[in-house]
Amino acid sequence: MRFFEYEAREVVKRAGIPVTDFGFTTDAGEAREIAQRIGGPTVIKSQVLTGGRMKAGGVKFAETPEEAEAHAREILQLEIGGHMPRGVLVDPRAEVEQEYYAGIVWDGTRKQPVMIFSPVGGIDIEQVAEEQPDKVGRRHFSNILPLSDFQAKEVIASTGVTGSALNRLVPILTRLAKLFVENDMILAEINPLGRLADGSFVALDAHMDMENEARGRHKRLLTELGVGEEETRQAREATPFELAGEQVDAQDHRGVAGNVTEFDGNLGLVIGAGGGSLTLFDAVRAHGGKPANYCEIGGNPSVAKACGLAKLVLQKPGVDKIAVMMSIVSNTRVDIVARGVIKACLELGYDPAEKIAIFRIPGAWEEEGFKILEKYGVEYADRSVSLNEAASRAVEKIEGAAV
Amino acid sequence: MRVDGTFIAIEVDDEAAEDADLARTLTEACPVDIFAQGDAGGLEIVERNVDECVLCRLCLDASAPGVVKVLKLYDDGALLA
Repeated sequence: MRFFEYEAREVVKRAGIPVTDFGFTTDAGEAREIAQRIGGPTVIKSQVLTGGRMKAGGVKFAETPEEAEAHAREILQLEIGGHMPRGVLVDPRAEVEQEYYAGIVWDGTRKQPVMIFSPVGGIDIEQVAEEQPDKVGRRHFSNILPLSDFQAKEVIASTGVTGSALNRLVPILTRLAKLFVENDMILAEINPLGRLADGSFVALDAHMDMENEARGRHKRLLTELGVGEEETRQAREATPFELAGEQVDAQDHRGVAGNVTEFDGNLGLVIGAGGGSLTLFDAVRAHGGKPANYCEIGGNPSVAKACGLAKLVLQKPGVDKIAVMMSIVSNTRVDIVARGVIKACLELGYDPAEKIAIFRIPGAWEEEGFKILEKYGVEYADRSVSLNEAASRAVEKIEGAAV
Repeated sequence: MRVDGTFIAIEVDDEAAEDADLARTLTEACPVDIFAQGDAGGLEIVERNVDECVLCRLCLDASAPGVVKVLKLYDDGALLA
């Protein structure tokens, strides 16, 4: 769940990291008052959950409070990347001697956070890593064991920063790492982190992304920041296809048959079971397949829900076949899912043997499930066929059909 | 009476189906709402739920032998025993 900049800055501030004396508002008149309080030149920044603010005219500089008000009024009406701003952030224009980068990101492969630091800030860290790799320090750290200042010091020092700057930066990176762990973030980034003329550091911009599943653990913080429970904060609005998936899942309480994400491939997926959907999606792609969707099915949905999900996927424009695959199921019943997906084909006037590239769900009630699949001539696989092999067969079939 | 779904068929002895007590018992027993009690008190089979049958046998246990039959249409009409 992404945070707006003004919220991310508040999180940074609460962690004890210095920030500028910024203000957030949804009112142009109030922007003038904030600029007046700040006294001096200010920056007015659109608060949207999308990139490209500067190019779109969502960041403007003001010399006077009156100018700040005028800019705020303009920016509050400015749509950026399909998003209207939540408000504007009024920030003092700091006299910065050098811009740095400090970030913590979750490494899903290592299953650990990694702290990243660079004395080259204000631009994308990926660009710095590519053009000046010696200017990017990084190290993984445990999100369970206590964090030591030394770890942050090592990372910063590896980029050539020494002396007073090193000493002042260590607590900032350490606090950022603690903030990351304590708030179940998957990204906590300060860019730029500015060094002022007196040698002190101040966060000039911040980006935070919290693990969605952890929202329940941070209700207090979210309430204090004013984040509503209904706010999904997703990267983009749900498509009609995805909304239809939600409706399928909501039709009764039994199991899950939804969480659909739309892609533009030709192989429809009805997949799930204990992380199996992610594995299967990756496996299909690894074999050169083009998924039309991601979804999750499990927890023993009703026949109607399995049917509804399969129908939705089958009707998606561009879908030639569906692959019905799960890891070994225990509470979800093979026969119930088999009934659902076959029924979907029949109700849409398709031959299940043609439309279902493969059915690979072994586990509870598989004998009954396999009888159903045999009756309709659908290719199925038991547990002797791996998820990877099943995905490969599905891709082969759809590629064969396309030739 | 008999109602066929795509995968499952439910057959209930016509005479027994008029028994309000049996209708109530079966309605309470079925976890996927295949049975309902009609306005006149007799048994009704809810067609849209027939394929939801989870083969739990609760309807067979709740009625006299042979009164309710569950047939697996995908298995040559094999009877659930």
